[in-house]
Amino acid sequence: MKNYDAIVIGAGHNGLTNAAYLAKSGLKVLCVEKNEYIGGATVSRNLYKDWFYSNCSYVCSLLRPEIYRDLELARHGLQVIPPAGGGCIFMENGDYLGSYVDPEVKHREYARFSRADADAYERYTADVMRQCRFIRDFLLRTPPDPTSFRMRDLKELAYLGAKFFEMGEERMYESIRFWTMSVAEYLDEYFETDVIKAALSGSGIIGTALGVHSPGTSYVLLHHYMGDVDGNIGAWGFARGGTGAVAKAISDAFLSYGGELRTEAGVEQITVKNGKVTGVGLSNGEEIRANTVVSALDVKNTFLRCMDRKDLDEEFYHRVKNFKIRGSSGKLNIALGGLPSFPALPKDSLLINGFLHFTDSMERMERAYDDWKEGTWSKDPYVDMMMPTLTDPTMAPPGKHFMSCFVQYCPAQIEGRDWTDEERQQFGQTVIDQIANYSPDFKSLIEHVEIRTPAVIEDEIGITEGNIFHGELTMDQLMFNRPIPGYAQYRGPVGGLYMCGSSTHPGGGIMAAPGCNAAREILLDLKRPDVTPVNFGDD
Amino acid sequence: MTNKYDAIVIGAGHNGLVCAALLAKAGSKTLVLEANERVGGAAVTRSFSEGYSVSAVAHLLYQLQPQVEQDLGLKGGLASENVGTLALSSDGNHVRVDGDNVSGVNDEDKASYRHFRKRMTRFADLLNTYLNTTAPRLGKNAAKSDMLTLARLGFDIRRLGRREMREFLRLIGMNICDELYERFDSALLRGAISLDATLGTHLGPRSPNTILTYLYRLAGTHGMLRLPAGGMGAVSEALAHSARENGATIHMGAKVSRIIVENGCVAGVATESGDVFSSKLVVSNADPKSTMMKLVGSKNLETGFTRRIHHIRMRGNAAKLHMALDGLPSIAGVEDREFGARFLIAPDDAYVERAFNQAKYGETSVKPVFEITFPSFHDSTLAPAGKHVMSAIVQYVPSELRGGWSSDTRDAFRKLAVRTLSNYMPDLEQRITAWELLTPADIEEQFHITGGHWHHGELALDQFLFTRPVGGAHQCAMPVGGLYLCGAGTHPGGGVSGAAGRNAARVILRRENFV
Repeated sequence: MKNYDAIVIGAGHNGLTNAAYLAKSGLKVLCVEKNEYIGGATVSRNLYKDWFYSNCSYVCSLLRPEIYRDLELARHGLQVIPPAGGGCIFMENGDYLGSYVDPEVKHREYARFSRADADAYERYTADVMRQCRFIRDFLLRTPPDPTSFRMRDLKELAYLGAKFFEMGEERMYESIRFWTMSVAEYLDEYFETDVIKAALSGSGIIGTALGVHSPGTSYVLLHHYMGDVDGNIGAWGFARGGTGAVAKAISDAFLSYGGELRTEAGVEQITVKNGKVTGVGLSNGEEIRANTVVSALDVKNTFLRCMDRKDLDEEFYHRVKNFKIRGSSGKLNIALGGLPSFPALPKDSLLINGFLHFTDSMERMERAYDDWKEGTWSKDPYVDMMMPTLTDPTMAPPGKHFMSCFVQYCPAQIEGRDWTDEERQQFGQTVIDQIANYSPDFKSLIEHVEIRTPAVIEDEIGITEGNIFHGELTMDQLMFNRPIPGYAQYRGPVGGLYMCGSSTHPGGGIMAAPGCNAAREILLDLKRPDVTPVNFGDD
Repeated sequence: MTNKYDAIVIGAGHNGLVCAALLAKAGSKTLVLEANERVGGAAVTRSFSEGYSVSAVAHLLYQLQPQVEQDLGLKGGLASENVGTLALSSDGNHVRVDGDNVSGVNDEDKASYRHFRKRMTRFADLLNTYLNTTAPRLGKNAAKSDMLTLARLGFDIRRLGRREMREFLRLIGMNICDELYERFDSALLRGAISLDATLGTHLGPRSPNTILTYLYRLAGTHGMLRLPAGGMGAVSEALAHSARENGATIHMGAKVSRIIVENGCVAGVATESGDVFSSKLVVSNADPKSTMMKLVGSKNLETGFTRRIHHIRMRGNAAKLHMALDGLPSIAGVEDREFGARFLIAPDDAYVERAFNQAKYGETSVKPVFEITFPSFHDSTLAPAGKHVMSAIVQYVPSELRGGWSSDTRDAFRKLAVRTLSNYMPDLEQRITAWELLTPADIEEQFHITGGHWHHGELALDQFLFTRPVGGAHQCAMPVGGLYLCGAGTHPGGGVSGAAGRNAARVILRRENFV
């Protein structure tokens, strides 16, 4: 039996970030991972010939720059490159709406549909970015407990209030509206063209079990916008070599601080004695001791699977059980023998390098959600498709391509029962057909397809219902409510137990903020110097 | 000049009457101008067929603020005692809800419902304090009283105790559906509560925000349902009586066509018939869009403000269906003496959600939800002896139907509604002798409410408190000197509560020295 100062469960990007900071402070840290590869959903794997599939998470934008710099991820080999072109949305009438990178060209493109919308776009980005700047300040801060009278919580609440107040009266009202509205209604206030609204609304629903008309989806939009690449807020990028490169770099940082990493070491049990954690029990029967255990798993996994109900307070147990982690997205990873053509686009258009979409109206977006509510996959889904090999050719053999299709909506179960393999194939076919409608040679280029439903992702990575955020991003599960009211400060209900996964504030995406925030709280409890980076918020 | 008044109130809806009564009571010479031939606006009793009358729009009294009754000295006896609720099941195994008690469900659900009620009414009470308070202003221009209101709100939330405070903060932005699944096995009970949370809104039970709408419904009287004797019009008549007693003048059939603005301040109003009434104070009970865009006009407003007003969402979804019946219909498992209750057709939450689906696309529900009353059961003046009237709110019926409303589409929807009802009341069709369907478009036309929306603007977190009707103008005062709003479009919102009218009167009395 071995002893450590701290054990981190799960080598996803948050687990690794947390482990890296604990190790950096001089603690003896072990990070255990159930799979033979690290990264969790931040992963790229060689699943077919010479192709590398970023088969879960597929873009890198939210990663906090403070952490990127502080852990010297560049030195550890991480390179984030912006896509070499804009992306577009294909329309049923044969036209398309390009999302050009150059603002001047984008303006002209929007003006093709509506002059007013082209002008409104500027106002729209300014308004959304204002909200981004506000929220970015809170990503690397621990949410205050509004029920507490401790000085620290009162100060943090006052800070939140002051930051809000700084916006000025009119913008405070605008913010209240933004935070509670649906993305459809928010976009209605700026734009008149359906396809432009459809193009912008996608970010409001990716990864959530909500439709574009559900209140609260404006915030989800923000969650996808608040990242940056090279200081360009809202920009998206790819990690060279695939998303797994992010986990690899953080893991290298962790190892460089003297941390220890074990793969194929799934945790079966978090052991508790007299209300304090004593370590973990692995699935092979081995026990490892530590007085601090940090779980990067989602809360349902952590508390319902790895802990005894008797060690948990009944109300806490009840809240965890009702925590909303809803499988709503699927994924297709496709190896292509060549670049598919999209005749709607001009020859050699750079737009093909970005995200390609096929859902050209708000009604189609919303109807996709109606199918999910009925317990089935969307028959006309919202597909967020891109070919990272156009930006980073290292992921496939020369001349060949890797295509990542994120699909909304795809339920964890079909009408309350498990998926059959036939249904999974049908789901895959739905997506392939949608793309093939706009690309006649697409089907003939397919060499290999991996079809992933939430259930497949759960089986493999372990995330409950394969939810990319480890829990819905609704108001009842954000800030001090995330994951459970009263437990938003990364501490579990048992002494020495912490949470550092995306179920905690500020939530999912490859942000690494939860891992970092949890490390700060742990170091505070252990009375060790804080080695986590200072939040530079709006820079 | 006789046409000069201290205050003019546009619209004799219940909020306009409450406001006028309070202004008059404070000594101002107040004139109320009403477009229709009777007072009440949407709180009115109308005959829709020889001998049959019904509350034309609002039909149940469950929110009238006790403060309003107190301030105006309204005597009790306005309405029946609390009527229960029956959530109908097509197989006759109905769920009956009365206060804290529910029957037709298992014991866990019964206990859970009591617990749910206790928590919800407690939160509703907290909310209610602020429904009857001027919504505070934020920012540098906030007055001391605004800061005090905010501090008090914070304090009141804390006073719930740690556990309940956490629940309050968790639930306030949430959807009702998730909470119902956490608590209740009975699909029928989930359906009934889903309906209460979504009636009058453009939301489904899965939409976040529906806990707020549910709490709003419970505010004031904890959702106690009463059927006014003489229909809802009797409540309005009582309010009008109180206004007149206090010295206010009410003109019927006087449709205001324009609010006269001179040098950024109101000078009076002009009616369609050409009369001009002057006053330095104009209070509009009309919805914010009608008031600002039609009566004031954008040329008198700053562009940013116009834009905000323009963006207020007010798409009505609630239609009213009235039927004259030659006798009570038969409902399996319901005895004749129970017809005084409120009947719901919302067999489960998914049914309500599906009904909402179509509304998102401008279509009427294929399987609509209903809130049904038989007011003649309590009040024999509403129908000839032995006959009855049915008054039902039917949802979802979009105000802007895709392709537009025509007599064909209205007829088709009425037939669909009767077919749906017949699943529960097999002999209904034979009993109908006359009917009336008011779609939100009809309500807009007849009662002058934009979108026919019962709250004069969607009741949602983004159009609530600080941002109702729009941020910066949420304290009833509009950015035109002497112009105020007192209708449901302002804080706190709709329902026959009188809170908006009372809040407006209190702001006006604080701000204007006209007495």
